[in-house]
Amino acid sequence: MEISRVVEKMQPSGIRAFFDLVLGMKEVISLGVGEPDFVTPWQIREEGIYSLEQGFTSYTSNKGLCKLRLGIQRYLKNKYGLQYCSDEEILITVGVSEGLDLVLRAIINPGDKILVPQPSYVSYGPVTELAGGIPVYIDTSRDGFKITPKLLEKHIDKKTKGIILNYPTNPTGVSYRRKELEEINKVLLKHKVLCISDEVYADLTYDFDHTAFPSLPGARKNTVYFNGFSKSYAMTGWRVGFACGPKEIIAAMTKIHQYTIMCVPITSQMAAAEALVSAKKSVEQMKREYNRRREFMVAEFNLLGLKCAKPQGAFYLFPSIKSTGLSSMDFSRKLLEEEKVAVVPGTAFGPSGEGYIRISYASSMDNLREALVRLKRFLEKRK
Amino acid sequence: MDEILDILEKDGRATVEDIAKMTHKKPEEVKKAIKKYEKEGAILKYKAVINKDLIKDTESEVRALIEVNIVPQKDLGFEKIAERIYSFPEVTSCYLISGTYDLLVVVEGKNLHTVSNFVAEKLSCLENVRGTATHFLLKKYKEDGVILKHKSEENKRIAISY
Repeated sequence: MEISRVVEKMQPSGIRAFFDLVLGMKEVISLGVGEPDFVTPWQIREEGIYSLEQGFTSYTSNKGLCKLRLGIQRYLKNKYGLQYCSDEEILITVGVSEGLDLVLRAIINPGDKILVPQPSYVSYGPVTELAGGIPVYIDTSRDGFKITPKLLEKHIDKKTKGIILNYPTNPTGVSYRRKELEEINKVLLKHKVLCISDEVYADLTYDFDHTAFPSLPGARKNTVYFNGFSKSYAMTGWRVGFACGPKEIIAAMTKIHQYTIMCVPITSQMAAAEALVSAKKSVEQMKREYNRRREFMVAEFNLLGLKCAKPQGAFYLFPSIKSTGLSSMDFSRKLLEEEKVAVVPGTAFGPSGEGYIRISYASSMDNLREALVRLKRFLEKRK
Repeated sequence: MDEILDILEKDGRATVEDIAKMTHKKPEEVKKAIKKYEKEGAILKYKAVINKDLIKDTESEVRALIEVNIVPQKDLGFEKIAERIYSFPEVTSCYLISGTYDLLVVVEGKNLHTVSNFVAEKLSCLENVRGTATHFLLKKYKEDGVILKHKSEENKRIAISY
């Protein structure tokens, strides 16, 4: 059978082989996990169990449970002063991942370009291609891993339809203050470039308040906002995200969603609705814990001589390993083989990640300490 | 609560250096703060939480919750009599509570017999103790926020992901 040419072209990269190597090895200390090390807070799990006991095992409306959409509407209003109509402007999706696929398929016509600042989460480019669009990667490594108005102006042309912003950013942990976002927004509005804003790590912002992109002046009508329950509520496996935006875009996305997914599993939706009601304290506790590990790890990495800027959000560090003279992949491979510590090579997130590794501090302090001991030994051997 | 206390409450073995890094403070600062808390009695002691069910060579222990009804004393209220009770080494915890009873006393002993003896011969005969109700503990599930299960929520994540 001939496979679709677009899919055929999407090579499983060398990174995949490295991942398989990690998965096949025993007793690895992993700093390579892109999800919380907490399990979902009990009150949320309990609600999932209860919903099953009560016999909630059916489809929900395509848009998602009314209760959950209302909960999200309230959450966005209280947190950011955003007003979204729960009926026409909010869609519940299978994680942010599905939502991104939907929005790209909903807006892209053949040849449309989507800007993707890099290093970035791995799916943005491939999903754009699958939707028939052309991803235009922007190297941010010389600008502190931040997209700037200047970089934007340089890459926008007549075919530019949108940009996928992600902040706090996976893999760098970088985030933006309101002022910086305002400048970005001005450029996007000027060129009529849609902002596809993946803010799934928003609740894990440490040094300043997170600004939701649609809350910027004039941005609401030009933004599709994405968030989800995976990171802040430690609910990755439940697969619940949501999209908010202008009703004609949400309607188009809902069309695709109804034919491909139908609806998000009801158990997950009910648990997510409960999360919004009763888990605020748990989120705060997890955030406090992450913040301590962040401070600890930044201090330790700089002591090790692996230069590391302090990230403002998520649970990642993106230290430079250039001082070792090794490539990201060689560094990661050798570290795994010699010391059984897993990290993700920066190049997994685009060529601009060369010279860096992604460290996830979503791991217990004991694990982090042990990993640092091994890392130190690894580096000393190379002096 | 101060971050330092919060960290120590969860992990009494956290070192000054680690706490300093975690809170973005200088080690001397952290050291000074801890000394102060210890001096004031805010930090009383450091201990390990042990699941004795897993320790094979310890003598088995019996625990009982005892509700104690007492007659308060003029001017002193419950304080004096509470002190007489909690000073017994058999008493591991003692609380003043609302409701039908006044004190909730946790007692530990080698076996049922020793605990019963303690109640009958020491506790009940105290002047001002009007009555007691003893409940023996059958199984410990969770204590002071710690679930007493080995690896209760083991990490089930895959070792590497984006």
